[in-house]
Amino acid sequence: MTSKISFRDVTRTFPVNNGAFTALDGVSLDIGEREFVTVVGPSGCGKSTLLALAAGLDEPTSGEVTVDGERVTGPGPERGMIFQQYALFPWLTVRRNVEFGLRLTGLPAAERRARATHAIELVGLADFADALPKTLSGGMKQRCAIARAYAVDPEVLLMDEPFGALDALTRVQLQDQLLRTWSAQRRTVLFVTHDVEEAVYLARRVVVMAARPGRVQEVVDIDLPYPRTEQMRLSPQFAALRNRVWNAVYHQPPAAARP
Amino acid sequence: MDIGVPGESKAAGGTATGAARATARPAGRRKGRSVPAPVLNVIALVLGLAVWALLAWRGVGGLPGPLAVARRGGDLLRDGTLEGDMVASLRRVLIGFALGTALAVVVGFLMGWYPVVRGLCEPYIQFFRAVPPLALIPLAIVLMGIGETPKIFVIFLAAFLSSVVATLQGVVGVDRTLIDAARVLGARDRTIFLRVVIPASAPFILVGMRVGLGSAWATVVAAELIAAQEGLGFRMQHAETYYDLDTIFVGVIAIGVLGLVMDRLLLLAERRITRWQERR
Ligand SMILES: Nc1ncnc2c1ncn2[C@@H]1O[C@H](COP(=O)(O)OP(=O)(O)O)[C@@H](O)[C@H]1O
Ligand SMILES: [Mg+2]
Repeated sequence: MTSKISFRDVTRTFPVNNGAFTALDGVSLDIGEREFVTVVGPSGCGKSTLLALAAGLDEPTSGEVTVDGERVTGPGPERGMIFQQYALFPWLTVRRNVEFGLRLTGLPAAERRARATHAIELVGLADFADALPKTLSGGMKQRCAIARAYAVDPEVLLMDEPFGALDALTRVQLQDQLLRTWSAQRRTVLFVTHDVEEAVYLARRVVVMAARPGRVQEVVDIDLPYPRTEQMRLSPQFAALRNRVWNAVYHQPPAAARP
Repeated sequence: MDIGVPGESKAAGGTATGAARATARPAGRRKGRSVPAPVLNVIALVLGLAVWALLAWRGVGGLPGPLAVARRGGDLLRDGTLEGDMVASLRRVLIGFALGTALAVVVGFLMGWYPVVRGLCEPYIQFFRAVPPLALIPLAIVLMGIGETPKIFVIFLAAFLSSVVATLQGVVGVDRTLIDAARVLGARDRTIFLRVVIPASAPFILVGMRVGLGSAWATVVAAELIAAQEGLGFRMQHAETYYDLDTIFVGVIAIGVLGLVMDRLLLLAERRITRWQERR
């Protein structure tokens, strides 16, 4: 499998008042073309930092992040990002939010409209195209943000705890919707979550990270077939995988003890 | 019983989520039998006039009654004095206010956007914020003479200082993730500035403008004490020398009414422009 996103010995330190804080320490990771990879880990282990580096919103202190073999030097429309807090422009309607990225590409208005409409329909927000974000529920807001990312048709989707603020039912619905679109369009997805169940349900591989310093603890292959179903969620294999990831996340040896 | 003042602004910061609706329309949404706020307002006005009339009738402090003041107001209107004074005062306020807030928006944005500009400007802005604009009147007269310039300058400064900080806060407070979201969608600095930073800080700017207008209007009366030939402040000052209380009352009322009208107009604009805001 060719690798779409590559982290090569990536370290990111932040200057703090007494020296430097190591948010990521020598992270190496390859994400294959059209692969769905989730990242779990305790809070503060550098998950958001990892995504920001892939998005080009941040730069590694040392090491290299490449997408399609090219070094990431800034954000690009081939990499879409979804934030936990939705990050919708509150002064724009759903449609205008979705069109935001398209307007920057200089697309003809008719085409822009058509693509926005398509993205809005894909996430089931057609009836709310002219609504302002403040009138939407959390789940609808996140669907709008997802449509906004889909609209520019990125090859890579970077998602930072996108369903973290939603209620359990909405979360499951959006997980299934995300998997459906992914199956149909096969983007590369790097999905950060702190929910072990979600990590296992969505991914082909789960990257477990550890904190202080942020690093990759373990990568767990999820050899469950797609499409994932509710049955699968309740199966013994799923439970076994979930336990394994759970243990990797919550029973981490302290940093000093690692080889 | 608690009474909502109609149109009371909740512009900067609010409280509980549930209060959102009630904030927007305080009048109609109170418990069943209570009197609507506008009616109470009218009752208050009538009562106030009655108390005033009573005090005047009893001859307290040589106070002129409402009727005398209304008559004087009518006279001043008829001979064009009041209109001329209002136009003169409004002209000064509007010019000073327009220049002040326009510069405040530009400087506020630059300060918020470039830390260097902020570092350079901040000490001066903090210093002049600590000086009441009126305290600069003597200086302005000496430096700029007794024409229109020093008056407009002082009003300009009052408006500028009170809205520059609001603009700065707006720009600094723009949610980082909104900027990040725009960047990953392909926006460059210029686009981010025009399509994210400006709309996101619009509510702050408008609040700043309202505060700026308030302090500009408050400053005009004092500014017109600088050897003016007309203006509401001048008229009252002039009337004072003749112990002409009627005219002073007319001046006070005109200043209040004009100030209120301008504030409500800005509030209306603010409401329209920031309709997208979640009223917390
Ligand atoms: N700009 C920054 N300056 C200083 N420290 C930061 C900065 N960004 C992140 N960090 C620190 O780096 C660590 C990892 O942050 P983050 O990637 O947000 O963790 P996660 O998303 O896994 O919770 C945290 O301890 C955080 O405090
Ligand atoms: Mg995070």
